[in-house]
Amino acid sequence: MSGLAIELARGLGLTLALTACAAAVALAAALAAGLARSAKPHAVRWAAAAYVEVFRGTSALVQLFWVYFVLPFAGIELGAFTAGVVVLGLNAGAYGAEVVRGAINAVPAGQRDAAAALNLSSAQTLVRVVLPQALPGMIAPAGNLAIELLKNTALVSMIAVHELTFTAQLLRASTLQTGIIFAVVLALYFAAASVIARAFRRLERHAAVTA
Amino acid sequence: MSFDWSYAASLAPVLAPALWVTVQATLAGTAIALTLGLLLALARRAQNALVSRPAAAFVELVRRTPLLVQLYFLFFALPAAGVSLSPFATGALGLGLHYAAYCAEVYRAGIESVPRGQWEAAAALNLPRAHTWLRIVLPQAIARMVPALGNYVVAMFKETPLLSAIAVVELLQAAKIAGSETFRYVEPMTLVGAIFLVLSLVTAKGIRVLEARLARALHA
Repeated sequence: MSGLAIELARGLGLTLALTACAAAVALAAALAAGLARSAKPHAVRWAAAAYVEVFRGTSALVQLFWVYFVLPFAGIELGAFTAGVVVLGLNAGAYGAEVVRGAINAVPAGQRDAAAALNLSSAQTLVRVVLPQALPGMIAPAGNLAIELLKNTALVSMIAVHELTFTAQLLRASTLQTGIIFAVVLALYFAAASVIARAFRRLERHAAVTA
Repeated sequence: MSFDWSYAASLAPVLAPALWVTVQATLAGTAIALTLGLLLALARRAQNALVSRPAAAFVELVRRTPLLVQLYFLFFALPAAGVSLSPFATGALGLGLHYAAYCAEVYRAGIESVPRGQWEAAAALNLPRAHTWLRIVLPQAIARMVPALGNYVVAMFKETPLLSAIAVVELLQAAKIAGSETFRYVEPMTLVGAIFLVLSLVTAKGIRVLEARLARALHA
């Protein structure tokens, strides 16, 4: 029984590592693409829109298989863990880009006009005026996306990364204790998602107090 | 990386039936999700805590765990409990149960968005409870819920590739099989991606049109 617990703990560790690494990729991609969608050059706006539509319009599992099975034909060979981090991160980033865009658009136009009247540069306007007002509105949707990301890490088990779901499959095959193993795994995902939800709620309250 | 168009064209007879399986799974899952989601939403509103608590717990549990693990659970645990379903039926049930939890939240928000005055007016007119629900509240609520429900149907469509994990030969599985036979993954995988992209964009557009029509009908 303790052997099972150790295996599951190891799988959970890898699931959390995947979530954290992919979240970092997602954050960078979401900010870059979200800001690029209101950039002046047409090509930049178009590229950001194409990225968002492609990643939101296709299935995460299809994206994962494409990166893992097709890209090697183009000479790009990523390990399974890296492929998982890249695809899950870019996938969540595409949804996040819409959150960033929405929050930035929600900042009243008068704020930008005032910044222009004060002769602030566009970089200063973004960093000192627009983003600080837009960030609190991004926290709750970002929390939902983080939970979606955690759940999506299960997909990586299908390209043989030994995370929680893959571990569950191995243990199921070796012990045949299907019911118990999957009940425990569901409980572990639920607990991890609840921790994320609580952390984001706290962050949201903190932002509301400081704003 | 080269794309062989004639090989891609030769995949059509393999991918077409798989696309049909994908569509059928989405439709069956949608039917389950819409029905069960409404029941869950009504159960969560029940006065009796013995009804509302389990419904709320089910919704939270489903929304905070991966669909893939839920599918494995159904696929391996149901037969152990003496219920044997085909992979397709298991997959449709899994999709339906998963999205029922999401739809329940949409229904709940939709029902709560109907102004109190509507309930009071129905009570003042002495309408029976069933009549109030079916003729007054739900028609107004459902019109508001269509966009969100439509988005979940598209999301479900995009999650059907997960059924490949429990041996349903939908699009992704068909592409994987075709790829493993020829050792060429570029064409089948790219085609599957393109099919999903086109169909989701078209459906999303359709939902926006429907949304605009409903908004006009509501304000008319």
